[in-house]
Amino acid sequence: MKAKVYVKLKPGVLDPQGKAIQHSVELLGFNGIADVRQGKYFEIALDNSVDEQAARDSVARMAREVLSNPIIEDYRVEIEV
Amino acid sequence: MKFGVIVFPGSNCDHDAYHVISKHVGQPVDFIWHRDTNLNGYDAVIIPGGFSYGDYLRAGALARFSPVMNSVKAFAASGRFVLGICNGFQILCEAGLLPGALIRNRDLHFICEHIFVRTETSDTPFTNELKKGSVLQLPIAHAEGNYVCDDETLAELRVEDRIVFRYCDEQGKVTDAANPNGSRDNIAGICSRGRNVLGLMPHPERACEDLLGSSDGRDLFRSLAATLAAAA
Repeated sequence: MKAKVYVKLKPGVLDPQGKAIQHSVELLGFNGIADVRQGKYFEIALDNSVDEQAARDSVARMAREVLSNPIIEDYRVEIEV
Repeated sequence: MKFGVIVFPGSNCDHDAYHVISKHVGQPVDFIWHRDTNLNGYDAVIIPGGFSYGDYLRAGALARFSPVMNSVKAFAASGRFVLGICNGFQILCEAGLLPGALIRNRDLHFICEHIFVRTETSDTPFTNELKKGSVLQLPIAHAEGNYVCDDETLAELRVEDRIVFRYCDEQGKVTDAANPNGSRDNIAGICSRGRNVLGLMPHPERACEDLLGSSDGRDLFRSLAATLAAAA
């Protein structure tokens, strides 16, 4: 079983890295880009003996307490069986 | 009075803090390894600058889980003094001892230069020897010093007089041009509701000798020493 955790900045939190990436991509010749936001992605391999709901709960707790800072970031958890 | 300087893997201003306490404050000071949990006998602890855990994940995020941090929380809850400088400020925010967060600087650069901050309140154990409005020249050295918080937190910080330092120009004017990193409301340092925990991005411990370009940082340590002497 694999857990995927996506962490992204909350809307409204300034993302200077996203802005710099957008600028570079535009220099490369891509047009029509309204915005770029940079986030983080985690893959967590889980023991197959773990129950899917239990895995979802514990990964959500990891995401909330470690992988993201709830003041500035939101997270989303996906479980791949 | 006894001071402790907490050392995480990656701390690099621990010796500066130690030097200032022993030489300029003239008081006993110990290094406290992050795996130690006994803070008995200390009156104040300093969480120094550096790159604890290599800034992995987010600056200060992993240091929060070091064994010593539970003791620091209890230490702060008991009303004793905690000073977090630069990475120490980031750690205090991640640990929930101070509100808000420090994100990437507005212009993305690591900034290493002398800046000015205005003392916004003298009603803290760290600034009681300073006049409100006095301007200090201090160095900054960070890539993640951009203070963010929500509207509610900012209002609370203002009403409770917990914004301790704001970036300003040499004359003490708080302007956007004098804001090096994009911090909300030019915030450079804040204190806890109990006023015994201070976090700030500038480095007062690197500004205690004229040879280093400024000795304005000594006022913070003089204030803290005066507070502790009065309490003894």
